Order: sequence, then C-alpha cells, then structure tokens
Amino acid sequence: MSFSRLAAIALATALVAAPLAAQEQKVLRMVPHASLRLLDPLTTTAYVTRNHGYMVYDTLFGYDENYVPQPQMVSDWSASEDGLTYSFTLRPGLAFHDGAAVTAADAVASLQRWMTRDLTGRKIAAVLGAITADSDTEFTISLTAPFGSLVEALAKPSSVVPFIMPKRIIDAAGDGNVEEIIGSGPYRFVAEEFRPGVSAVYVKNENYVPRDEAPSYLAGKKDVLVDRVEWLTFPDDQTTANALTKGEVDLVEAISSDTLSMIEGAPGVEYDLRITSNTPTLRINWLQKPFDNPKMRQAVAAMISQDDFMAATVGDPETYEVCGSLFGCDSPLATDVNALGTSAPDPEKAKALMAEAGYDGEKVVILDASDILSFRGLAPITAQYLRDAGMNVEVQSMDFSTYLAQRNKQDPVSEGGWSIAFGVWNSPDLMSPLSNLNLDTEGAKGYAGWSSDDQLASLKEDYARASSPEEQKAIAEKIQARANDLVFFVPLGTYRTYTAYRDNVTPPLPAPVSVFWGIDKN
Amino acid sequence: MIRLIVLRLLAAVPVMLVVATFVFLLLRLSPGDPALVVAGEQATPEQVEQIRRDLGLDRSLPVQYVTWLSQMAQGNFGASTLSGQPVLDLIADRVEPTLVLALVTIVVTVVIAVPLGAIAAWHHDGWRDRMVMTLAVVGFSVPSFVIGYTLMQLLALKANLLPVQGYISPFDDPLQSLKHLVLPAATLAIVFMALISRVTRASTLEILGEDFIRTARAKGGNENRILWKHALPNAAVPVVTVIGLGIASLISGVVVTESVFNIPGLGRLTIDAILGRDYPVVQGLILVFSLTYVFINLLIDITYLIVDPRIRY
Repeated sequence: MSFSRLAAIALATALVAAPLAAQEQKVLRMVPHASLRLLDPLTTTAYVTRNHGYMVYDTLFGYDENYVPQPQMVSDWSASEDGLTYSFTLRPGLAFHDGAAVTAADAVASLQRWMTRDLTGRKIAAVLGAITADSDTEFTISLTAPFGSLVEALAKPSSVVPFIMPKRIIDAAGDGNVEEIIGSGPYRFVAEEFRPGVSAVYVKNENYVPRDEAPSYLAGKKDVLVDRVEWLTFPDDQTTANALTKGEVDLVEAISSDTLSMIEGAPGVEYDLRITSNTPTLRINWLQKPFDNPKMRQAVAAMISQDDFMAATVGDPETYEVCGSLFGCDSPLATDVNALGTSAPDPEKAKALMAEAGYDGEKVVILDASDILSFRGLAPITAQYLRDAGMNVEVQSMDFSTYLAQRNKQDPVSEGGWSIAFGVWNSPDLMSPLSNLNLDTEGAKGYAGWSSDDQLASLKEDYARASSPEEQKAIAEKIQARANDLVFFVPLGTYRTYTAYRDNVTPPLPAPVSVFWGIDKN
Repeated sequence: MIRLIVLRLLAAVPVMLVVATFVFLLLRLSPGDPALVVAGEQATPEQVEQIRRDLGLDRSLPVQYVTWLSQMAQGNFGASTLSGQPVLDLIADRVEPTLVLALVTIVVTVVIAVPLGAIAAWHHDGWRDRMVMTLAVVGFSVPSFVIGYTLMQLLALKANLLPVQGYISPFDDPLQSLKHLVLPAATLAIVFMALISRVTRASTLEILGEDFIRTARAKGGNENRILWKHALPNAAVPVVTVIGLGIASLISGVVVTESVFNIPGLGRLTIDAILGRDYPVVQGLILVFSLTYVFINLLIDITYLIVDPRIRY
C-alpha cells in the first residue's frame, strides 16, 4: 500500500473518529435519596427538591467547612456601623441558563419571595425597611432593627434555601410555583426530559463562572466535570444495590447501614460516610393533656436514652453518636448545657415528675409513620420506655401522608389528636436557633407540637441581633437551657448514612447537603 | 356483534360515572392532606395554607366535585398536585412499559400454560400431571417479589446474562428491550401460568369425559387429534374467562414487579400517587383501569362468540 493511500486512510479515520470522540459524553447516573417531583425549591421543604435547587440555582452566600458564610454570587458586601444597612455587589459575568445576565433586580425579587416562604426569611421581613436594586450589580437591604445574622440567613444551607432566580419568572409565578426552571447554577435542568418520580436530567452549564477559591462545603469553586447528570429514582433498596454492583448506575446518594451490607465487597464499588448527618427528634403536643404540663414533658425526656434509640434503629456504632446539642454537634453553636437524652433512662425521676404533675392515667397517643425507613422503630421504643415509667400509651401506625395530616390535628386525644410525634432532620436544619423549627414559639399558630414561650422568643430575637460568633454562642446556650427546661423537643441521637459509587467515579465533595459538582467520571 | 359492542360501550358510561364519584369520595374521606405532602415535613402552617389554596383544596367538597366533573367532561383530567404536570401526560408516559410488559407476559403465559394444562389432563394422575400441578402450586404460592429477586440474583448478578433493572422501549432498541423484559415478564408469568394451567387441566379433563370424545375414540380417531382438535377447543370458554380475569389481576401484579425491576409503568405511578395523596392522578388512573376492565370484559364476550358459536347475547 502506498504512503499516500495510507495517509488518506489515516486522515479519513481521523475525520470520522474526531466527531465521535467529541460526541462521547461523560454521563453520571445517580440515584437520589427520594424521587423528585416538585421543582420549585421555594414551594416545599423536601430535601430532594433542595438538592435539585443546588444543581440549577446559585446562592448569594455559602457556608464553608467551618460553617462560616462566604460570598458565592456576591463579590463584595458591607454592613453599616449601626447594623441597619447592608450593601452587596454581584460578581461580574453571572448569567442565567437562558443567557440573560443575573442582575441585582433578580436578587431582590428572589429574596423578597424567599422572605414570604421561609421561617428565617420571615424574621428578616419583620425588620425589613427596604430592599432595593441600586444598579445592575448592586443592591441594598435596609433594616428597621439590627439583624446580626443577616448574612448567615442568606447562606441558609437547607430548606428553604434563598436561591436566586430570574425576576421575570418570579413575577410570572405570582403566589404560585415557578413554571420555568432556570437558574444560574452549575447545571442546566433539561425540562423536556423530566419524568416526575422517575428521572431528571441536568447538563453542564457551559457559561457557569466558578469562584477561584477551593471548594469548601457550599462555598468556593463549583467545578462541573461531567457533561450530563441523570437522577434515576429507584423504588427499592435491593434493586438499587444490585444496579450499582452491576455498574448500571454510578452513584447512590444515600444508603443505610443495612443496604451497605448488600454491596460490601462487591468489585468496583466504593463507599464513604457522608458529612450530612440526620437527627431524629421527639416532639410533644403542648396543647393537650397530659403534656400541657411541663413536668409531664420532663418525665418523657427523663426516659429517653439516645444511645438506646441509635443502637436499636441504626445499629452500626460507627455511624451514630449521642449528641446533647439541640443545634447538632457539627454546629458552631454545639453545647451540652442542660442536655437531654444523653444518659440512661431514669424511671424513678420520671415517676416522681408524673406524680408532681398529677398524672392520672390519661392516654398518650404516639404517632408512627411506619412506611418511612428513617422513622422506623422510633414510636415502639418510645412507647416501651413510657410504659416502663407508668404511662398509658397507644401507638398509632400509619403511612407518612396520613401521619402528616394526623400530626397537624390540634384536637384532644379523645377526639383523634396525638401526644407524641417525630421528625427526622438534616443537620443544617437544626444548626441555627432561627431556622430550627423545633424551637418554634408561635404556639397554636406555629409548627406541629405548638410550643410557645415568651422568654425563648425573646432569646431568639437577641440571637438574631447578635453581631459576633461569641455573642451568638452565649445566647445559644441560654436558648438550649431554656428550651430543654420546657422540653421543646428531644434529639434521639445523630447518625450518618453512606454514599456509594463505582470506582471510576470520584467521591462526592463533602458538604452538609448533597452536592454534585466536583465529581468526575473516568 | 356490533350491537354487543355498542351496547357495552354505552353501558360503560354510567359505570365510569359511578366509579369516578366513588373514587372522588373515597380519596377525600381517607386520611391525608395533599398540601402537607407537597409542603414537606418541615413546612410551617402558613406554607401549608398557601399550597392548599393553590391546589384548590380550600374549596368545599361539592364545589371540588363539580369542578372536577366538568373538567372531565371536557377531557381534562387535571394536573398532578405533586408535579403540576397534566394527569393525561403522566399516564400516557407510563402506559407503554406496563402495556408491553403485560402483553409479553400474556403471550408467554398462554403459549406455555395452555399446552401444559392440556398435557396434564391427557396424562391424568401420571407423572407429567403431578409435575405440572406441583409447579402450579409452587408458582401460585411463592410471592412474586421472591421470584423476582431470585431470578435477578441468578440470571442478572451471578450469570450476568441480563440487566438488573430498567425499561427500554422496543421501538428504540428491540433487542435491549427484550433483555430488559425477560426477568419481569418471567416473574409475572410464573404466577399467571400456574393459574391458567390448572384451569386448562380441569376444563380439559371435564371435556375428555364427554360422550363425543368417547365416540371419537370408538371411531378410532388419532389421540393427538382428539386432544388438540376436539377436547381443547371445547374446553376454551373457562380458559378464556380466566385469561381475561388474569389480565385484570395483572394490573395489580405489575405494581410489585415494576418496583422490583424499576420499570416506570402505571403500577409505580399508582403507588406513588396514592402514597403522595395525589388526588387527580389517582382519580385518572382508576378511571383508566376501570376502562381497561370494561374493555377486557368486552373482549372476553367477543371471544366467547368466536370459540363457542352456540353462545348468544
């Protein structure tokens, strides 16, 4: 064969192969912890929608690994000496997925919407003088009273996150959900490929301008190293484990210790403990007998041993810890002051408190969401301890939807009400007294359990005004002492789940919520 | 026959109306609140109220019912409370996997189970009969998820012959589609085959005792011809009935199988919608399922006419 013929063949091969290689995309197939249905992250507190939000949208600030808020979309910011005026400047070059530039007006509209939909946001709204766009890249928040935690609030890492959306989409939504899912985040949502409850597809936002700083939790560089991410919902843990083992998926966001046993030792599969921790909490109905009496709530707390709960519901001691802090043990506010649930159950103390409260055998109804894995075991264990203390306990098991409706009922037990229920929280939801719903003080108008206390409400206002971390920590200790005296809620321990992935995928970056930037696939 | 079809279709209208009303009331009377599901566990009361208003759940029950019926009359099944997508779009998106899986299952079942049942009857009380009946009892007794996981373990993970999960449309890639369908279809078919083979055996046994079979034998007819040509067609009416009922019961069978094999079909949509109190989707699905039942019954009646010309309506 002549040289020219060989060269022609080589050239032809290169011409054919080049586009093929260019077409070869890096596709990350990921199994999220729940199925994605709702796309507007300001409409629901569901964690899967929050995680979807982090794919598509960006935030003004993000927490770093020391839980210090760092600028993300913001380049510069400043606060006036009196703490009443905050000025922000957006980074240059920020653009939404539709090509429009991110402007201060978009940030203002997004924050205004967030302030109507989030607990912390509403607290800011209560002291808000004005929020104005001063130019295309600058905006100002003016307050009528100091709110020292303002930047901390703008970096709120978990539901509801103050994501920045285009003003035109917010205006079109009115009071409802946003219809177009367009953000300025590292990934672009592919609306035409979305199948609710089945799959969601994201592609790399080629126009994303990452920060220069190294990635650190939700702050720093958000590098996108794959072309396409497919979220594939699996309804069954066993099938998920089998699909990962066989390489049909690349990454499983969260698996329990039980599921881990199915993939341990499987060739090509690796796993890590996640940074995100979960805290199950016990919540008591303050409105109805017998727990309208604080002594009775203290009797319940006296019977709780986090260690027992974790051993029974999680099992693997490597993955759980006893934590006496109402803010989680990862929080900068972590404290053991007046801790609940950190020692063994004390039936004698509980009985004495019940006697002081004049307990007369009133029925105690415990709600049990029996179809949710993370709730499993919480109700039966609580029931057994309270029976040991001499309470007349009934466990009512139901599916999660019924549970939510039942937990919303304020009626007495005799009319279908409840006494004790549970929640399971990602650590970022507990870490601030402002966003921790379990510390709600709104009474019958507030969060299920309907706790209220003027002193605690006042302490939370002090916390919001506090301007230094030291001052915040000191107030947080007072909040915990007061909340635990009245038993606002009882943490039942803290545990972590695993994330598992194929060995050709780099491990997900550590963060208090699941993030999917910085992951590569070979 | 055309008269039968027209009459049945007309009769389906009041049936659907009754079903629609029943489902509407049943969902509203059952515990649970779609607004709470949408809002999530950590939602504040204000968030829940806002969502309730957005979904129109703050209106009275009669108003909701009339609104829904008038929308239905215009062919509008409403939108999912969870995703906001039109119910008909959601159902249309999930019909194909369920339909393909059901069709493959039925074809495999009929092709295998009917001859097996006939052979068992022909060799009544022999080893072949006992073997078929033993397999039928096992197939009927073992839960479908156990069969599914066992097949998955053996054929997908150990032997590495088939994929573990998922669905690929036969219109996109017929070979890959078939590979993905083998395990779920086998899982469903095993139970279905147990039922059909037992009924075929019983029905064929009864026919084999009839005078015309004795006459055929007395005339020296070929044994194979007697079984397949004379006995089996005459045993077909109860078999057709059971196949029809079996197709209906497949609808509930696919719920488990679709979950085990991660197939995005109507079964999974139903479970998700019920657990999420997605009223419009549950209502739409029940109506579709009811229509399917009506249609299957009509098909059975037409098949009766074909296999037994003595039948008149």
